[in-house]
Amino acid sequence: MVVNRRSFLRVTSLAGGGVLLGLYIKPPKASAQFGPPVAQVPNNFIKIDPDGTVTIMAKDPEVGQGVKTMLPMLIAEELDADWKMVKIQQTDFDDTKYALQFAGGSLATPFNWDPMRRVGAAGRQLLVSAAAKTWGVPEAECSTAAGRVLHTRSNKSVGYGEIASKAAAMPPPDLQKVKLKDPKDYRIIGHSQRGVDTPKIVTGKPVFAIDFALPNMLFAVYQKCPVFAGKVVSANLDEIKTMPGVRDAFVVEGDVKGGTIVEQEPGLEPGVAIVADSWWQAQTAREKLQVKWDEGHGASQSSVGFAQKAQELSHQHPVKTLRKDGDPDGALGSAVKVVEAAYAYPFISHAPLEPQNCTAHWQGDKIEIWSNTQVPGGGRTLVAKTLGIAEKEVTIHMQRGGGGFGRRLTNDYMVESAWISKKVNAPVKLLWTREDDFGHDYYRPGGFQFLKAGLDGSGKIVAWRNHFISWGDGDKPSPQSTMSATEFPARYIPNYALHWSTQPLWLKTGALRAPGSNVYAFVIQSFIDELAHAAGKDPLEFRLALLDNPPPDSGKPDEPVPGLRLPQLDPKRVRGVLQLVSEKSGWDKRKDTSGRAMGIAFHFSHMGYFAEVADVSVSAEKRVKVHKVWVAADIGSQIINPNFAENLVHGAVIDGLSELMGQQITLEGGAVMQQNYDKHTMVRMAQAPEIEVHWLKTNNPPTGLGEPALPPVLPAVCNAIFTASGARVRETPLVKSGYSWA
Amino acid sequence: MAFQLIVNGRSTAVEVPADMPLLWVIRDVLKLKGTKYGCGIGQCGACTVHLSGKAVRSCQTPVSAAAKAPITTLEGLSADGTHPVQLAWLEIDVPQCGYCQAGQMMSAAALLAKTPKPTDQDINSAMNGNLCRCGTYIRIRQAIHKAAEIGTTSKLKKPSEFAVGQSGAQE
Repeated sequence: MVVNRRSFLRVTSLAGGGVLLGLYIKPPKASAQFGPPVAQVPNNFIKIDPDGTVTIMAKDPEVGQGVKTMLPMLIAEELDADWKMVKIQQTDFDDTKYALQFAGGSLATPFNWDPMRRVGAAGRQLLVSAAAKTWGVPEAECSTAAGRVLHTRSNKSVGYGEIASKAAAMPPPDLQKVKLKDPKDYRIIGHSQRGVDTPKIVTGKPVFAIDFALPNMLFAVYQKCPVFAGKVVSANLDEIKTMPGVRDAFVVEGDVKGGTIVEQEPGLEPGVAIVADSWWQAQTAREKLQVKWDEGHGASQSSVGFAQKAQELSHQHPVKTLRKDGDPDGALGSAVKVVEAAYAYPFISHAPLEPQNCTAHWQGDKIEIWSNTQVPGGGRTLVAKTLGIAEKEVTIHMQRGGGGFGRRLTNDYMVESAWISKKVNAPVKLLWTREDDFGHDYYRPGGFQFLKAGLDGSGKIVAWRNHFISWGDGDKPSPQSTMSATEFPARYIPNYALHWSTQPLWLKTGALRAPGSNVYAFVIQSFIDELAHAAGKDPLEFRLALLDNPPPDSGKPDEPVPGLRLPQLDPKRVRGVLQLVSEKSGWDKRKDTSGRAMGIAFHFSHMGYFAEVADVSVSAEKRVKVHKVWVAADIGSQIINPNFAENLVHGAVIDGLSELMGQQITLEGGAVMQQNYDKHTMVRMAQAPEIEVHWLKTNNPPTGLGEPALPPVLPAVCNAIFTASGARVRETPLVKSGYSWA
Repeated sequence: MAFQLIVNGRSTAVEVPADMPLLWVIRDVLKLKGTKYGCGIGQCGACTVHLSGKAVRSCQTPVSAAAKAPITTLEGLSADGTHPVQLAWLEIDVPQCGYCQAGQMMSAAALLAKTPKPTDQDINSAMNGNLCRCGTYIRIRQAIHKAAEIGTTSKLKKPSEFAVGQSGAQE
């Protein structure tokens, strides 16, 4: 969202006094992931009541990333509101009012930092103008503080609520010219504010999508084939319909098209729906369900087969060369030392703790939906298309989500609930079991990287070649199965090649927190560590030296969302976080021993720079204890909500440790073998390390935090394991190689 | 079958199958939504409640095993959100998504009832059955120590005493 010359403020008086402030914004371009373009219409963000209550709209989906508190903080700061008088209201999905509403890509901060503050500043300007006019004093002599306009010279002051009606009659200021605060005057931004829903959460109020209920609501379960998109041949529906509480049971044909690629939102998947008076009755009936499936061509897939095929492909010509600088093969031939390594990582599942669920209410020719989706726009499109209705007939109410991590970037559970509600013509809550969730995720794609690099006599990397093996049909990738041609260390090594090959996959894949980066950092920062050891250099010094190599060309900037060009890695900012983490962890004074050591790694993603050091013990029995992780982060000039930001970084580090040690999804006969948390494990209390977070504030616009803190912890721990034990980890999860938590 | 349940001090008769998990009786029959479904196999702890003062996984507890014994859910931990665990969770601002926190708080409250000043090792043992997908363990540990400090009397603010901006009153 960008405030530009086509953006302007809209001011409306409220009946009974008060003012409503809206913003006309430039509509974003269409995006496959985040929905269609929207019309340019007003949206409403601030309401000031005569009693001084300031209501601020929270427009984005809240899935635990703290956006429901953070975005209103931006408005309240520039409005100079009294945070205690601020009421935050979650909006429904309405892109005619709020434009982009989604949770993904760590983009809420970069997209909203400027426009949300300008909305607040324009509101403040209006209130100041109204007060100055009332008092007959120059606006320049007036100031504001905590919800009041002040005229110090005459000792006058008026509350925002008292002047709001008059403000509504003032001419709206130019959004591009409103004066923004000097950050040193911030009273809300940069000061920890409690999560807006925390009081409700600690008292057990029904705030999540799963808690939402409608009168006369029925409950549904939905049984799908263990192999993706397998079709129903027959099912014992007559028997199921006689089970207690069951209202209906029926086959859903679905509309997933066969093919060589599974698209981002492949459509309604086939299955059997059971609808009952209570969820437990539906689930109990499901235990008696017998379905004969036509599993389709996915049934021949296995993780063992994928690994074998990847080995074969690694010896063949790549499907495509994504980047080539200099003469990598020639330079490898003349290198003094050559290091070769094969890395691998599995599919993993998002597994947010709140299982997929959605409430839908079909009403003849339109539908109302209550969902914790991260992408309501995509859900609306999918539901409209599948039900054969216009998008305007789909209303989506946004509910708090019990975790997202990218799982709710797709709307499979939403379209299933919509279909079932239409079929039974009643309000229905669909709730998946945990097993449904593990078995039917959009998995983080697994993959294989075959690396070869050459060092010259001084220990400098002169050549780097990577054959990246992922998924797709020839050069058409499955979702989340590509690598950027600018991914580090591209541009920093004179002779560099990134080759790419694919193998077919009949399984849904999607974005998991720090998509791509959550494996690239593991592979690249581990391999760089191998090279540092081969060169006999300190792993930190080796990385710093690598950053000194001048980039041969700037390349094409990454554009994850049309119109959003991501800046490329800035070596100064990497150096900054590396030096900070080194200083804080005592890297230079570390005393690595056999059995306990430190490892270091960095990663740049989502516009954020993170360097991490892990202090790790590993026993002869491969039992691993992560004692402490130091994090140095550069996400720009401001940490908007510091207490929550630190909490998010803790979570990212712990999430990374879970992925590293215990998470893998494997296929046998096309079916997922891990059905619950016992087989796809997470870090528990005793394993959570001490984590120290240090912010390096730089003169750059603030950027997002949900994702970029995660990637470096995996290689930092693996690099420590190498120093402590001499064993190089080249495959995740660690349990596959006999490791476990101490 | 009919069962007499004593939930949060109130006795209620429910007519449900004997093997129905207590979790679903609490959520869908008694309409107390604080207790959460996460895994259904006793792995995640989101469904933790107190049965006769002990932390149990309500997804693994058939309703027949819970009849006539006092059951406490998060809603019944205190009348006004002033249980030390609630106050500490609020003070530390533990949650990210918040979904697991009801279970975490019930496990923490059971620990503190037995061990008023728990060590880190006590916390590791008592909280081992509760997963936090967001990874708020460090804050949970801090909050348990904080709750121990608060004890039974407190000068901290109640959830209802937070001003609108902080309590996030909606609509």
